[in-house]
Amino acid sequence: MSAAFTMAGGEVALDGRPILRGVDLSVGEGEFLVVLGANGSGKSTLVRALLGLVPLSGGSVRLYGTPPAKFREWRRIGYVPQRLSIGGGVPATVREVVSSGRIARRGRFRRTGAADRRAVADALDAVGLADRAAYPVHALSGGQQQRVLIARALAGEPDAFVMDEPTAGVDADSQRLLAATLAGLRERGKTVVLVAHELGPLEPLITRAIVLRGGRVAYDGAPPAAVEAGVGAGGHVHAHAHAHAHSGPLNGWPDVIGSRSSAGEAGAAGEA
Amino acid sequence: MGIFQYDFMVLGLLAAVFVGLAAPVVGTFIVQRRLALLGDGIGHIALTGVALGFLTGTAPVLTAVVVATLGAVAIEMVRARGRTSGDVALALLFYGGIAGGVLLIYLSPGQSNSTLTSYLFGSISTVAAQDVWVIGGLAAAVLGVVAIFGRELFVLCQDEEVARASGLPVRFLSLLLAVTAALTVVIAMRVVGLLLVSALMVVPVATSQQIMRSFRGTMVLATALGVVATVGGLTSAFYIDVPPGSAIVLIALAGFVLSLAIGRFVRRSRTWESTS
Repeated sequence: MSAAFTMAGGEVALDGRPILRGVDLSVGEGEFLVVLGANGSGKSTLVRALLGLVPLSGGSVRLYGTPPAKFREWRRIGYVPQRLSIGGGVPATVREVVSSGRIARRGRFRRTGAADRRAVADALDAVGLADRAAYPVHALSGGQQQRVLIARALAGEPDAFVMDEPTAGVDADSQRLLAATLAGLRERGKTVVLVAHELGPLEPLITRAIVLRGGRVAYDGAPPAAVEAGVGAGGHVHAHAHAHAHSGPLNGWPDVIGSRSSAGEAGAAGEA
Repeated sequence: MGIFQYDFMVLGLLAAVFVGLAAPVVGTFIVQRRLALLGDGIGHIALTGVALGFLTGTAPVLTAVVVATLGAVAIEMVRARGRTSGDVALALLFYGGIAGGVLLIYLSPGQSNSTLTSYLFGSISTVAAQDVWVIGGLAAAVLGVVAIFGRELFVLCQDEEVARASGLPVRFLSLLLAVTAALTVVIAMRVVGLLLVSALMVVPVATSQQIMRSFRGTMVLATALGVVATVGGLTSAFYIDVPPGSAIVLIALAGFVLSLAIGRFVRRSRTWESTS
């Protein structure tokens, strides 16, 4: 299994305050990883650091085996930020924002082609906003804006998606729609790294979960549902490496003795 | 007919059209990037460039281009460094630009502050054929930059992190935008003056965004408004003898006030549409 994202000993400090303290993480192609953790545990910083958007103060990051500064295949990456930035308030339509997701696939001098139009139309369909294409984005609800951001990433037809809390402030209907969209991505073998507060309808899609606590990986392994259902995968609770269940980071997650080798490997770091 | 009988008015009107076209196009990106005052900063710094031209016997437009470009690069570097002390650093550059200009013009033989006044407030009636060529060339360069890099600049101005995660050359594009703004300032300085340059970059955009719903539409309408303001201001200055620079800016501002009312009306009728 080749890795889409790798972080080794990743440390990030903002204004001298440590946010990530030695994170080791390897996300294989086709994995559907959810990053969980309390507010301020470093979730958002972690995924942004994976893309090289936040400079590391220690350790290293690789995108498909290449450090971000030397990475050239950005068309393989679709980044969904936490929220739509309003900027100086110049309006933009849903279609304009979604179309801009093609930017990594387009040469500077290439005109908009049929493939671009189709990708944008498909992306709008996937998030159920085809009938809102001509609307200004700032007139949409929070959940709809979130879907615009996802459509922008979809339009670029990347191999890997990095989503920073796509479900935050999204109503139940939008969450279900989002889950359906993400299920399609999973079926097509796309890699997804997703920050979330709560899982909701996304739960069945997840192949792996990590829990951050105080800038360290406190849990790495099977998602809660799989573990609870006794489906043969096991997690690895780092802070209490060999202790049992109920002292784990998420109450009630049994620390099933892992049978999946990758879980142990991926978690070797952060070990106290 | 009357207005076209005078060569200086024909040249002035040509310059006005170029400026009216170029300034709001750059302004749309600048406003979206929350750099509405960038034009003012560059304008202050350009004054030193103008004075340097008089001091060295070079064409002030050329020295202004050089100094304004250097100033724009400096501002962009301060901005990219972080925001904590950025605005103070910018303020220092602005004051330095004005003070430097006044000092250099004092040192220039045969020149005085009244020379600077025509650059501070514009002097479109003294525009020569050669100036119009320069202004036209710079305006074409500005529009060319936007035609080629517009899509990338759109992403940059929407969200810098997304631009970076799309593999765009963020630093290059930021500098490009700053330098394009500097060129625009120099183009516009003869028409409205360095102190009012920024108005042509910002006010038509502010007006347009009250009414339009797309980025492209905002830019197109802003450009139309820019040309209406520059040509209208210059024409009214010709007939009723008021300073052209202020007439242009006041027309642009009147348009903004009008757009507030129109925008409110448009939005209200849309809300009504969607709820009925």
